[in-house]
Amino acid sequence: MGLLNRLDDPFEGGGIILGKVEDLLNWGRSKSDWYLHFGLACCAIEFMALNASHFDFMRFGTIPRTSPRQADFIMITGTVTLKMADRIKILYEQMSEPKYVISIGSCSNCGGPYWEHGYHVLKGIDRIIPVDVYVPGCPPRPEAMEEGMIKLQKLIREQALFNGKDRIEELEAKKALKI
Amino acid sequence: MLANEIYEILKKEFGDGILEFKEEAPSDPYISVEPSKIFDICHTLRDSSELMFDYLMCLSGLDLGESLGIVYHLYSFKHTHKIVIKTTVPKETPTLPSVMHLWRTADWHEREAFDLYGMIFSGHDNLIRILLPYDWEGYPMRKDYNEPEEYHGMRVPY
Ligand code: SF4
Repeated sequence: MGLLNRLDDPFEGGGIILGKVEDLLNWGRSKSDWYLHFGLACCAIEFMALNASHFDFMRFGTIPRTSPRQADFIMITGTVTLKMADRIKILYEQMSEPKYVISIGSCSNCGGPYWEHGYHVLKGIDRIIPVDVYVPGCPPRPEAMEEGMIKLQKLIREQALFNGKDRIEELEAKKALKI
Repeated sequence: MLANEIYEILKKEFGDGILEFKEEAPSDPYISVEPSKIFDICHTLRDSSELMFDYLMCLSGLDLGESLGIVYHLYSFKHTHKIVIKTTVPKETPTLPSVMHLWRTADWHEREAFDLYGMIFSGHDNLIRILLPYDWEGYPMRKDYNEPEEYHGMRVPY
């Protein structure tokens, strides 16, 4: 993004950093994302490992929140049953904009092992809420989840805050491009 | 106490209510009984001093095609013996007495059987769905169950 690169540059002692306000805001936003503490099935076990000291998810600036109103993004970790899908929709709607979704694991991406006989499973969380980052795997390793987080940070950094397109529109365009 | 001794005791007390005893079953030996007698039989199994089945290990449902089966796995901590009781009810009228008031374990187990197979346990205090949403239609573990096309506006098939 360029902001940090200029720290070591030429305005010696001047304490001046040149950059766009948008970059500054996005830099701040991407480094302190709070997420809704939310685990659903076996993927949530991996998610616990991610949060523990070995993988230390908090070094990304993330803090688990127990209320959707304080959360910037939600990680859907596991099997989304139809009973839970109703609740997820409500939780998502309770989050304030800008909000993001990371879909973790095959189950929440597309139904996973329940794709055929899962009469009670939602075949993909993107049927009810827009997803920003998909992390494949059954379950994904914590490293993969970290990569998902890095992808989300990148997405936030590149997001146009002013005069930007509607984010949903942006997502649709991205989906069409298969990014 | 061995399974055949348990069978003898029950046969003496309930006569025609006890249908069949199978000792050489691939799993544990079991006794098939009349569904309408199930409460009385279980009461005897729990309270008579030689039997004392104080623990319902598991209550499970089966779909046998024409009928539905219910299987009770019982264990006695006092005498350390166990027995399997089986019964069947017709699919159209799957009603049988509840054993919830004998073993509290049966409360949720019967609700689960009701939820997934649709057996009606008469005498159960709170026979509502336990796993599926309350407004779910049909009993998914039945073999002739077809999954719904839609639930609350969400498409269900892949
Ligand atoms: S994707 Fe695999 S590990 Fe994750 S919730 Fe589904 S079945 Fe469990």
